[in-house]
Amino acid sequence: MFKGGFIQNLPKIYGLYTGGFIVFILMMAIAEQAGVTAKTIGILFVAFTVAIYALIGYLSRTVQVDAYYLAGRQVPTVFNGMATAADWMSGASFVALAGGVYFGGYSYMAFLVGWTGGYVLVSTLLAPYLRKFGCYTVPDFIGTRYGGNGVRFCAVLVLVLASFTYVTAQINATGTIAARALGIPFEAGVWVGLVSILLCSMLGGMRAVTWTQVAQYIVLIIAYLIPVFWISNKIGAGVFPHLMLGDEVARITELEGQFGLAKNSAADMKAAGVPGGLKSIAVAHAGVGAGGMAVWKYISLAICMMVGTASLPHILMRYFTTPSVKSARKSVAWSLFFIFLLYSSAPMLATLSKISLMDPNLPTGIIGKSIADVQSIEWVKQWSSQKQVFIADFNGDGILQLNEWFMRTGVVVLATPEVAGLPYVISGLVAAGGMAAAMSTADGLILAIANALSHDVYYNMIDPKADVRKRLIVARVLLVVIGAAGAYIASMRITSILGAVAWAFDFAMSGLFFPLVLGVWWKRATREGAIAGMLSGLAAGTMYLIWVYPKFMGNPAWLGIDHLRFGLIGAPVCLVVMVVVSLMTKAPDAATQRMVDEVRVPSGKSILGRAH
Amino acid sequence: MLSKWVTSQPLSYVNVNIGGNMSNKEKHWQKTKGHMIMTLCLWAFFSMVIFLFGYEINSMSFLGYPLAYYMTAQGSLLAFVIIIFWFANKQEKIDEEFGFGEKED
Repeated sequence: MFKGGFIQNLPKIYGLYTGGFIVFILMMAIAEQAGVTAKTIGILFVAFTVAIYALIGYLSRTVQVDAYYLAGRQVPTVFNGMATAADWMSGASFVALAGGVYFGGYSYMAFLVGWTGGYVLVSTLLAPYLRKFGCYTVPDFIGTRYGGNGVRFCAVLVLVLASFTYVTAQINATGTIAARALGIPFEAGVWVGLVSILLCSMLGGMRAVTWTQVAQYIVLIIAYLIPVFWISNKIGAGVFPHLMLGDEVARITELEGQFGLAKNSAADMKAAGVPGGLKSIAVAHAGVGAGGMAVWKYISLAICMMVGTASLPHILMRYFTTPSVKSARKSVAWSLFFIFLLYSSAPMLATLSKISLMDPNLPTGIIGKSIADVQSIEWVKQWSSQKQVFIADFNGDGILQLNEWFMRTGVVVLATPEVAGLPYVISGLVAAGGMAAAMSTADGLILAIANALSHDVYYNMIDPKADVRKRLIVARVLLVVIGAAGAYIASMRITSILGAVAWAFDFAMSGLFFPLVLGVWWKRATREGAIAGMLSGLAAGTMYLIWVYPKFMGNPAWLGIDHLRFGLIGAPVCLVVMVVVSLMTKAPDAATQRMVDEVRVPSGKSILGRAH
Repeated sequence: MLSKWVTSQPLSYVNVNIGGNMSNKEKHWQKTKGHMIMTLCLWAFFSMVIFLFGYEINSMSFLGYPLAYYMTAQGSLLAFVIIIFWFANKQEKIDEEFGFGEKED
């Protein structure tokens, strides 16, 4: 059945895997009918998928440097696209994106545009050139292009800051899902999550992470799309929801007018005892705010997310693994295609979830019904007991109004299958999908940090004579240490004060975007310029963040640039300082300029060899 | 400083000449830059320009959805996918035109 090498057989192997996973879902569905409890099904889903990833991780073990850092530069275009999509879509995207759209409406959807539009920047400005360069890590490019350990170290600094902000949130998400599915305390769930993450990456580095990420993408996309299509067909909204929910969107707008969109005051919510983090529907589903500030808020958020996307090292490094420059470019397109499948479904899921809840003509509708009736619904009881949903009868009429219904954002994805009355097997599937999304991103991030520390700091700065064996041991030890540090911080439950995932984008944008882009597109950019740009951009962004963030100094945002958008301060400072300092210092030498010329053509050998 | 930079410039091209035709490489880069700028204009249109008029275009409708809602939920996302595929294909043609295409491996 399997003639030829592993790479030639990839479509067959993953085809078989997908078939196997579908058979597993069907078996679980049968088990549910046969009376197996929901809890057991949840455990089986998470345990089975994690065991498969661990097996792939074990089979991909390696003792070669280029396999460990670059997956041997032989990951085919489409598969690299899937791996990047899994790397990209975090537990937060999977669980919280639809909820964000649900409660935030149009202005929140700037995230959707930002998190996809950034890939145009990746493909035009960076990915093909970094692939031609042949670097192992992002700081490897900065260090070689500008020359010297100082500039390399600055790049490592930005990378660690941006990636670590992001990784604790991912470990937190794996912990939450593992704890829920396995019925263990959150603190233990975090460590179970970490062990699962490390099983995928430790033995095989980038190679193992690549092949587990492909497997994780398949699980997460199936888990996301099945409920969307199922609910849409079940409530008769349309066979293909993405093209057919126009009427439902219009109906929600009509119902919003009928029920009234009221924003509750903080005092009212406190008096009624609404648990923190729960929200009511107060923003129009499809309406657009008028006025210049609304436009600026939308566009500025989109810009930050787009530029941040193009600077995040764990994404850029995925394009180092393709066989050629051409395939790196194409691979970006495939990545975005696979991301698009999920991102374009999130607003559809939000629409379906909202109409299931709001429309009194549907059997699942609860708004406008008597509160006593609603409270006796099974899923409402269950999620209320976990403080994920809440009812506050503000006007005391015993009827549930739109502004009296509160939910946590994650509930939109996790509970919608139950709300719409799908069998529990779908909820188990969704848990497995969330776990896959969180694990794949955590793996990519931990590997990006550990590789930068092992390759750039240890091998290039501390011990350039280290042999392969020693380098790989150091790389693995660092992987465990970084993961443990992330899990430790996550287990302390202080992630809420570490801020939003968006911060990672702003940090990366402030410190890395212009040094990377100008490294390729401007030969005159110098080492001194890059160092000054990275440090001043990072410093300006960070200082502004401290100045504006409510939990730090909490000053009013300047021109609407709040803590989600501080990259808009950091990146321009980085650009100006980098250009001015570059022009004031000596131009790069002939060898460097020749190197940049070489990077600009796809043919020929990469600048840095396979093993360096 | 600047004079040093000027003298270093031709030197780098002399070395490039060993590998191929100087003007060929320059022309390739000119065309690549032009293609990049064109692609980024399309990108800016779908990521920013449209949403400058979000309020105004939302009264129009597409597939039954309000237009601004459709673009941010799906339309611009799809446009980005198409733009990148188009960009990659055309860049490959540019590379081949100047003899910098890669052999299949």
